[in-house]
Amino acid sequence: MTKQHVAFKLNGKQVDVLVEPRELLVHTIRESLSLTGTHIGCESSHCGACTVDLDGKSVKSCTVLAVQANGSELKTVEGLADAEGLHAVQQAFIEEHGLQCGFCTPGMLIRAYRFLQENPNPTEEEIRWGMSGNLCRCTGYQNIVKAVQSAAQTLQKA
Amino acid sequence: MDNPTEQQDREDTLKGVGCSRRRKEDARFVQGTGRYTDDIKLPGMLFADMVRSPYAHARIKSINKEKALALPGVHAVLTADDLKPLNLHWMPTLAGDVQAVLADEKVHFQYQEVAVVIADDRYIAADATELVEVEYEELEVLVDPHRAMDADAPILREDLVGKMDGAHSVRVHDNHIFNWQAGEKDATDRVFEQAEVTVKQDMYYPRVHPCPMETCGCVASYDKINEHLTVHLTSQAPHVVRTVVSMLSGIPESRVRIVSPDIGGGFGNKVGIYPGYVVSIVASIVLGVPVKWVEDRMENISTTAFARDYHMTGEIAADSEGRIKALRVNVLADHGAFDACADPSKFPAGLMHICTGSYDIPVAHLNVDGVYTNKAPGGVAYRCSFRVTEAVYVIERTIDVLAQKLGIDKAEIRRRNFVKVEQFPYKTCLGWELDSGDYHTALEKVLNAVDYESLRREQQEKRAQGELMGIGLCTFTEIVGAGPSRNCDILGVGMFDSAEIRVHPTGSIIARMGTITQGQGHQTTYAQIIASELGISSDDISIEEGDTDTAPYGLGTYGSRSTPVGGAATAVAARKIRAKAQKIAAHLLEVSENDIEWDIDRFKVKGVPGQEKTMKEVAWAAYNNVPEGMEPGLEAVDYYDPPNFTYPFGIYLCVVDIDKSTGETSVRRFYALDDCGTRINPMIIEGQIHGGLTEGFAVAMGQEMPFDEQGNLLGNTLMDYFVPTFVETPHWETDYTVTPSPHHPLGAKGVAESPHVGSIPCFTSAIVDAFSHLDVTHMNMPHSAYRVWQKVHELGLDSPV
Ligand code: FES
Ligand code: FES
Repeated sequence: MTKQHVAFKLNGKQVDVLVEPRELLVHTIRESLSLTGTHIGCESSHCGACTVDLDGKSVKSCTVLAVQANGSELKTVEGLADAEGLHAVQQAFIEEHGLQCGFCTPGMLIRAYRFLQENPNPTEEEIRWGMSGNLCRCTGYQNIVKAVQSAAQTLQKA
Repeated sequence: MDNPTEQQDREDTLKGVGCSRRRKEDARFVQGTGRYTDDIKLPGMLFADMVRSPYAHARIKSINKEKALALPGVHAVLTADDLKPLNLHWMPTLAGDVQAVLADEKVHFQYQEVAVVIADDRYIAADATELVEVEYEELEVLVDPHRAMDADAPILREDLVGKMDGAHSVRVHDNHIFNWQAGEKDATDRVFEQAEVTVKQDMYYPRVHPCPMETCGCVASYDKINEHLTVHLTSQAPHVVRTVVSMLSGIPESRVRIVSPDIGGGFGNKVGIYPGYVVSIVASIVLGVPVKWVEDRMENISTTAFARDYHMTGEIAADSEGRIKALRVNVLADHGAFDACADPSKFPAGLMHICTGSYDIPVAHLNVDGVYTNKAPGGVAYRCSFRVTEAVYVIERTIDVLAQKLGIDKAEIRRRNFVKVEQFPYKTCLGWELDSGDYHTALEKVLNAVDYESLRREQQEKRAQGELMGIGLCTFTEIVGAGPSRNCDILGVGMFDSAEIRVHPTGSIIARMGTITQGQGHQTTYAQIIASELGISSDDISIEEGDTDTAPYGLGTYGSRSTPVGGAATAVAARKIRAKAQKIAAHLLEVSENDIEWDIDRFKVKGVPGQEKTMKEVAWAAYNNVPEGMEPGLEAVDYYDPPNFTYPFGIYLCVVDIDKSTGETSVRRFYALDDCGTRINPMIIEGQIHGGLTEGFAVAMGQEMPFDEQGNLLGNTLMDYFVPTFVETPHWETDYTVTPSPHHPLGAKGVAESPHVGSIPCFTSAIVDAFSHLDVTHMNMPHSAYRVWQKVHELGLDSPV
């Protein structure tokens, strides 16, 4: 199949990749761009392990074609920490024991990162609904809720 | 004089046993730098994808690979005929059966592996699977296990026809796998004949799937020059895999390296050895390049290791006061097309004979028949020790039925039958020795915490208003830490586990274990054990697992065995080091060994303040100044063969409200008290309990793998297969008591599976309780809204007032 160029900003850096028109964004990120933090749990938009931030929205990168990302601004879990250190959501997940096997974690974090911009001061109920596109088999969610609450507080103080 | 604050400070810096230390593994996971199997990319790596059968039972007339092979980027298409010359078209299962690697003349279940395509990338591989032309002739399908042993049932396993000596017993039908019994049949029957009261309840424990977030997969890489095979794979038991791979391939174990990298949850799904692994290894050997195989979610749910599928009947004989006199359990076990259970080899029904539960039962009999059906093979322990989940379900359900029949409250009937604290260690009539427990104290703690009496009063009021409220109770005893090698082995290897600890000259430590974490946090907790034993801060202790080239041999992580077995090995290895260190300390302090005492992180000369050597100082000396005749260095290995299983227990209580118009259940309260003995890291324990309860909730409320009459699996995507989200998952309340195990070096018992095992019957108990005033004694899982509504409707409760 003929390949085409796709260019976008990934974690603040301009990238240019050759992809097949049918290639899923998650495969481009993981395989061509070698950022394997974004995971695949279903490839059918149910689990959220592949969640990335695309132009300020949480999307499941297993259901987006790489060509659709052309010209966009993308953030993956690898782009959360900066020179100052971990992002507040990352720190909160560690503190509140919001992860176990870690497989859902990148998707959870990148969703929490966006969710807390959409709703900086959420109730528990709002967190549960706002994060409900991301599945976790290990934690039972309770500590993830706590982590998002605690990150919200930290971010509000900042 | 010892200074308590100073001692406390030293204790605190260790971050040892009992500390809610934050997890060592989290830094990489939150930054996306974990390394899971699918993250591995090797130069020249190809991708494998499976051609799978659309039919549950069919003869393969022909396979035509030509079109697939003609597709650019396709390197090979392998079928059973290609594996035959290598004698790899069938492989042994862990349960003494054999399993087709690729379907050999016949397919036995829908989605069975028929051929494998090896191609440049996963897209081409997937395209090529569509181009492989397979001609099938459909055969009569056997779905219902109750029909399996009928005279006119279609025979599934032609390879076994006439072989009536099964791996575990004589087979009485070609579709029969085994009969297995425990206890005393005649004595039990006699008690039943004379009993004042008997109850009998049929129940089905549905076929479910562990469904970890990461599916199964591997990267096989054969180095032709050095004749060395490396396989990275999602395995909960990498050392066992190495032994099996060596046996199957003929490559010496010394030239096989199995690595379990980071694993995205296991829950039993990653214990087995799957055709995908075998064909990837074969393809890598044949093609001389690395081959990756990663199953997709549908393949995961459809083919790799289901759990349960037990059709059970529980019967209790009791006196009129509700005191149990005998227990009888019958099971028809649906194992699918190949017996690929992962149980200790002597136990084809796992540890099902722990089914006497927490109760003092004088006599019991258990009878299990396993049969073949046209379904995927498996029967793994889904967050469970080998069928303890089924065992706890049958006893907890049946005792509820007894309580109901006698009009005795379900907490009270348990009080009357519990093994009493003074009876431990308690030998059950089916042969287990429960190591320790205090069930009465734990039960009262829970009943007080939730104010059980007022809940019952509230329920009365609700019932008077026609509302449905249920209170569930489960008082379970677990059996974990498999297991003593006298009764537990896998393929002949005893179920010990191991730890190797090395103290470096400057006092930091590396330790390796035969287990493998899949989210349990071993890198954190094993270090805490060593920290407490050796007085070195857990922050200075690195833990490695999962690489068979470096870790000592172990049987892996499943059935909550890491802490009971691997944790014990860790403690014992550390104690060996401390014993040597004490000798070195005595030498340095120029006193006799007997004059030395251990104090948190140092050796002191008894009664001489200030005369002391810290473990760090001793570590340095171990490499340059040891007593005459002692070998230098400070390290130890321990292979720990546990003297017994450990028996954690718990008391769970659940309150539900059921909406009569929709059948929807809302879990108002779930209170879980667990006793896992000594607690190594309370934060991690609590996390494990939340996770286990959530998995239990999923099983009880929604998970099932239904089949139609043709053997089509009706639900193998995350759309159909229930994995609860944030929204439906209840809020969990946790509590604990501590009854240490008397035989474990730390008194620890293991915890991760308890919440799964214990919560499932608790949910059923609650749902049934909501209807118990209407003479309902049992409802089969899953308690989905539709099924509960059906009960509401059947009872006429939904009709307009
Ligand atoms: S992999 Fe994209 S939602 Fe599951
Ligand atoms: S931490 Fe394992 S799936 Fe969420």
